[in-house]
Amino acid sequence: MSIVTPVVDVRNVSFAYGDSLALDDVSLTVEQGDFLGLVGPNGSGKTTLLHVMLGLLSPDSGSVELFGQPVSEFEAGERIGYVSQKATDRGGTMPVTVRECVRMGRFAHVGHGRLTDDDRRIADEALETVGIGDIADQQMNQLSGGQRQRAYIARALASEADLLALDEPTVGVDAESRDEFYRLLEALNQSGITIILIEHDIGVVTDRANRIACINTELYHHGDTESFVESEALSEAYGKTGEVVHHHH
Amino acid sequence: MTGTDTDTGATGTTADEAQTATDGGTVEGDPDVEVGENVDGAQIESNPVDRRRRIERIGVALVGLLAAGMVVFIALDWLRRYPYADASPLLETLYTATGIDPAAGVAFDQFLIAGAWLDYFLGTEVFRYAFMWRSIATGVLIGVVAPLVGTYLVHRQMALIGETLAHTAFAGVAIGLLFNAATGWEGSLLIVALLVSIVGALAVQWLTERTRTFGDVPIAIMLSGSFAVATLLISWGRGSMSIAVDIEGFLFGSLSVVTAGGARLMALLSVAVVAIVALTYKQLLFITFDEQAARVARLNVTAYNTLLIVMTAVVVVGAMQVLGVILVAGMLVIPVAAASQIARSFRETLYLSVLFGQASILGGFTFAISQSLPSGGSIIVVAIAIYLIAVALSGRSGTAISVH
Repeated sequence: MSIVTPVVDVRNVSFAYGDSLALDDVSLTVEQGDFLGLVGPNGSGKTTLLHVMLGLLSPDSGSVELFGQPVSEFEAGERIGYVSQKATDRGGTMPVTVRECVRMGRFAHVGHGRLTDDDRRIADEALETVGIGDIADQQMNQLSGGQRQRAYIARALASEADLLALDEPTVGVDAESRDEFYRLLEALNQSGITIILIEHDIGVVTDRANRIACINTELYHHGDTESFVESEALSEAYGKTGEVVHHHH
Repeated sequence: MTGTDTDTGATGTTADEAQTATDGGTVEGDPDVEVGENVDGAQIESNPVDRRRRIERIGVALVGLLAAGMVVFIALDWLRRYPYADASPLLETLYTATGIDPAAGVAFDQFLIAGAWLDYFLGTEVFRYAFMWRSIATGVLIGVVAPLVGTYLVHRQMALIGETLAHTAFAGVAIGLLFNAATGWEGSLLIVALLVSIVGALAVQWLTERTRTFGDVPIAIMLSGSFAVATLLISWGRGSMSIAVDIEGFLFGSLSVVTAGGARLMALLSVAVVAIVALTYKQLLFITFDEQAARVARLNVTAYNTLLIVMTAVVVVGAMQVLGVILVAGMLVIPVAAASQIARSFRETLYLSVLFGQASILGGFTFAISQSLPSGGSIIVVAIAIYLIAVALSGRSGTAISVH
């Protein structure tokens, strides 16, 4: 596995919003097949780091590679499935069916061309995989939070993504659906999809993820889940919000 | 885009294109192939859903035919004068050789004769006049393209953009008036309005991307700013030069304001807009629904945003002729609002928007002509009536859904 190019390679990345530093010299690598939990207190730069990884933000310094390519030159958008924090906003007012949403996963494949029967079949299969085939014709805004997140996952699957990036996907989702949702993620990860998950509930992350990155502007921990649980990284990152801590791994 | 190279057989090309492009809405994925199971779970309901879909499709096809017919009319109106034949002997031979020479004029006359018969049966005195047909043709095309572009605008929460760009276009009209008065040039005010409006669109785009304020603040500034400039220019122009143009016609819209050139501009713009929407339907849908995910999927979001806003500017200028600066935004917004009330998918929203838009135009024209009232106000009032009916209907179907 060591020869395989990492899915994401972040090197010495710093990023500031105006004067306030959001990321300070963060380096980490996401390998193929990882289930990375990205944790940290509110305002610690988790979402910023994810956006930098995906190329939504360009870092002030440092470099990011996606699948071995500099992120700014990365064109294979279909390889990434992304569920943003705000993904639910527009779905609330716009009449878009679940099937229409999932088919968007095929758009990066066909460009300006038409969707083929194959594209439609792949989208329908994705619907079945996440278990929402029966509500394919419902509107996104009529779904429960859990169902909606499944639809976004299905969109990523339809896109045949190798990397799934999720930003607090289960906010406002009831406990039972949340458990099911994470079981689904686990199954997808076992089928070979790399996952990066931002989650505020540390317990959920340590249960599911095999790697943890704990940040608060700086990176406090990056390694497997067990070593994270045993380390002090959590209390350091959460306890000293705003303070400059020199802690090197 | 063809439509400019309209030398030979252009009527056919343009019309066909408009037609295919209109049907282009159908382009991707026939949803009914896999309709089968109905959302509400009840099999009994699957029939009405199919029927509704069929009716919508027939409606959209009819609108497409009507629009194509209007494009043909506008093209005939142009060709019957053998444009540029004097300047280019080659074109003149071409006109004769292809038979356009007598045919376009004859066909155009037939059109008006048919109109006269229509007048006879309806007891009106409207359809025999070419200028009325130009207005109607322009209106029909507005009824297609305004809701088409509006569907994306409304769901991007950019409804105010249309109003802003209309005001910018009005500033363009003012600039055109001054320019014409000062230079003696007799170019079309609409072309100037189009250019200014596109520049305004790009400026709005630039402002919203670079300012940290909430999206509609720069838009509101632009909205009043351009209107302010327009009023200043017009007052100043009236004082210093003699400008005799029907400002009210531009402000409130009028059936008689549509010139042959204006109708032609509208036809070209419509064909272009319909073709572009047919081509970028998916991309526009994706960025409208989930802009960040679209960025991650490496869609060029900025480019599509620019495309959408420029198309809006183009549609607004075309629609301004019939609807007037002040009312033009209504056509971008109201049919879409009505459609969004009752549509079950985005595609259906698009179809219904166009259908409601066209119904507003035709209903508004009927009302305006029969009562001798301004077209713009009539169209918007009919559109709002449709919207209210849609709200009332959706209240009913809303309970049906919640019962399930």
